[in-house]
Amino acid sequence: MKLQRSMAYFPAFARGILRNPLGIFMALIFPVILILIFGAVFSVNGTSQVPLTVQNLDHNSAASQQFLAGLNSSGFVSLSFVAPDVGNLSGYLTTHELSSGLVIPSGFGAGLANRTPVSVLVYTNPASGSEAGIVEGAVQGVANGMNLRVAGGSTIVSTDNLHVGSHPYQTIDYLVPGLIGFSILVSPMFSMVNLSSAWKRDKLFRQLSLTPLTRTEWLVAALFWYVLLALISATLLVTIGQSVFGAEVTITLGTLPFLILGPMLFVSIGLLVGSVAKAPETAGVIGNVITFPMMFLSGTFFPISMFPSWLVPVARCLPLYYIVDGLNATMIYNDVASMLFDLAVVMALVVGLVLAATHVFTWREERGRPFARGGAPHGGTRGV
Amino acid sequence: MFALAREIQKRRDRAKSTNDSERAPATDTPHEPQRVDLAPGASVVEVSHLRKCYGPLAAVDDLSFSVHAGEIFSFLGPNGAGKTTTVEILEGLRDRTGGEVRVLGADPWTDLEHIKRHVGVVPQDFHFFPKLTPREALDLYARLFGVRADTEGLLERVDLTDKANDRYDTLSGGQKQKLGVALALVNDPEICFLDEPTTGLDPRARRAIWQVIRSLRNDGRTVFLTTHYLDEAQQLSDRIAIINRGRLVVSGSPTDLIARFGRPERIRIHGNGQLADQLKQLGLPVDVHDGTIEVVLRTRADATPVLQLLASERFPWDSFSTATDSLEDVFIQLVGRVEEGSVAPAPQGEVAA
Repeated sequence: MKLQRSMAYFPAFARGILRNPLGIFMALIFPVILILIFGAVFSVNGTSQVPLTVQNLDHNSAASQQFLAGLNSSGFVSLSFVAPDVGNLSGYLTTHELSSGLVIPSGFGAGLANRTPVSVLVYTNPASGSEAGIVEGAVQGVANGMNLRVAGGSTIVSTDNLHVGSHPYQTIDYLVPGLIGFSILVSPMFSMVNLSSAWKRDKLFRQLSLTPLTRTEWLVAALFWYVLLALISATLLVTIGQSVFGAEVTITLGTLPFLILGPMLFVSIGLLVGSVAKAPETAGVIGNVITFPMMFLSGTFFPISMFPSWLVPVARCLPLYYIVDGLNATMIYNDVASMLFDLAVVMALVVGLVLAATHVFTWREERGRPFARGGAPHGGTRGV
Repeated sequence: MFALAREIQKRRDRAKSTNDSERAPATDTPHEPQRVDLAPGASVVEVSHLRKCYGPLAAVDDLSFSVHAGEIFSFLGPNGAGKTTTVEILEGLRDRTGGEVRVLGADPWTDLEHIKRHVGVVPQDFHFFPKLTPREALDLYARLFGVRADTEGLLERVDLTDKANDRYDTLSGGQKQKLGVALALVNDPEICFLDEPTTGLDPRARRAIWQVIRSLRNDGRTVFLTTHYLDEAQQLSDRIAIINRGRLVVSGSPTDLIARFGRPERIRIHGNGQLADQLKQLGLPVDVHDGTIEVVLRTRADATPVLQLLASERFPWDSFSTATDSLEDVFIQLVGRVEEGSVAPAPQGEVAA
């Protein structure tokens, strides 16, 4: 293995892809188009309603239902509910990066019936700007209405306003690491599946095998290209996300392992698929079957927290999930422990898949193997 | 042969001792390609009792032949005869099941680096990277081999100077093949393996490739040519080996093979049945088919009565010509006889013919 030979080959490999409009579109332009489209869509909030997470600890009482119905009909907030057993709502809001919450205490209905003062807890995040005021105002308005109806204006229901420390993340914040993950996935996968199967068909690997270049050196050159693309793509996406949409994400030192290991992972999967498939068409189908679910179910376009609970375990089986999750951990939350866990999973996957890919990707007949596989010299139908 | 192997071993030991290994040349210090000095006529390819099996199928079975330095050696056989398998074993791309193979004194399977350094290959169905130009392709090969290649000279040699900056996918079939030949010459090889280099080309492009092949021999290189075109083999080759079902059928020079296995010279006349009858009455072997009378000349003297009869104008005839067997006729005859089982593959004594 000579790095110099990989580097000697690298410009030819890069030139081949750069001169293919589809290759460069998928690698760099498509993710940029996506961030511009999604960024624009998510930056315009079409409704004035503020999301409010409700924990109703008195859910059997008609009074609590009336309170929530009043809140709902105010038109200022959109309610979503969490079960009483999730524990402290403040912690839940922080964990799930939510800005506003409401706790209706147990005994709320009984308190109203007995004219005993009760207090609902309103959680807001001061950093979320006007949202906090809207939520506090809406809850206070419903409480006042209820006080008027039940006690002629005397304060029975009061609000206790508290702050949560959750950062008010915007959708664009998730979108940037998600799209970096998307570009890490798409370019090596589509390109390598197509390239490895078509080169095998056209005997281009055989052509290279006639030179001193080894398959490891070829693989290093290909990896170098896709890592470089991932770095360029990440820089582009972060720059556009920050400058155009005000995304609060940064490329940290922890981002780099994902930008290196990610392409390695998908180059290996692409090579594996392209080598095992008998024809480029079959390889394309297999590649799509692997790529598309991963593209949409790994948190690239939407946070996993928005998924229905049954879909979350599926997402956790996908390699891209750990890359996107790791990028989120390091680029948004600065959560080192979570990042290290994701990194460990990605590393383990890389080791396994690189070994598998290099096993099936051969340039010449190998002892003990039945016939040409993965770019081995023969494989055509002419001659024996 | 052994002297050649010793010479190569000495060179390689020297290279290792000076830390300038052939196995991994430094690509940042390009050097002139190093050639092995070969005595004219020395065996550069030795194949002895070669056997290659794919499961129960023996694609190559007890095949033996040799190729001499500086000759154009054509390797012929019908589809499925084992040509490509043999060539790929010689190029170090396939392992063998049994037998011995030496290319420039080295075992191609275990000493692939040596083979890559001294052998040029134009594979069957040559393809290259569609978006690279011929100049870029040659520069790439020079960098990979770590040699200072004369890119412009190579382009000129294969008549691609005008197309040097055109992408591969815009070249014609003949130009693509020419690039294949130019790439095979980047490392200044002693032997060039050309596997069906003119398949699918128009007659003009074929002849252009022939010219390049002849020029390789003029350089003193050995050319190992695999082709389906028998006229090509006859035109170009110094020696030929015909294989079928993985075994050698025969080998020798084209002239020698035609003389040994071709039918005698014949006179073909477009004439009527009376003329044919008259020729038969003269005691000549006559065959009539589709209005053509064919008289086999057992000796040159047989031609005299035929010509006299034609000159007498006693019987009407339109035209006449002479016919000799071509290599294609010999090939069809020999391969056909092997297929029918009436001819066994050549015994070992015939191998080095």
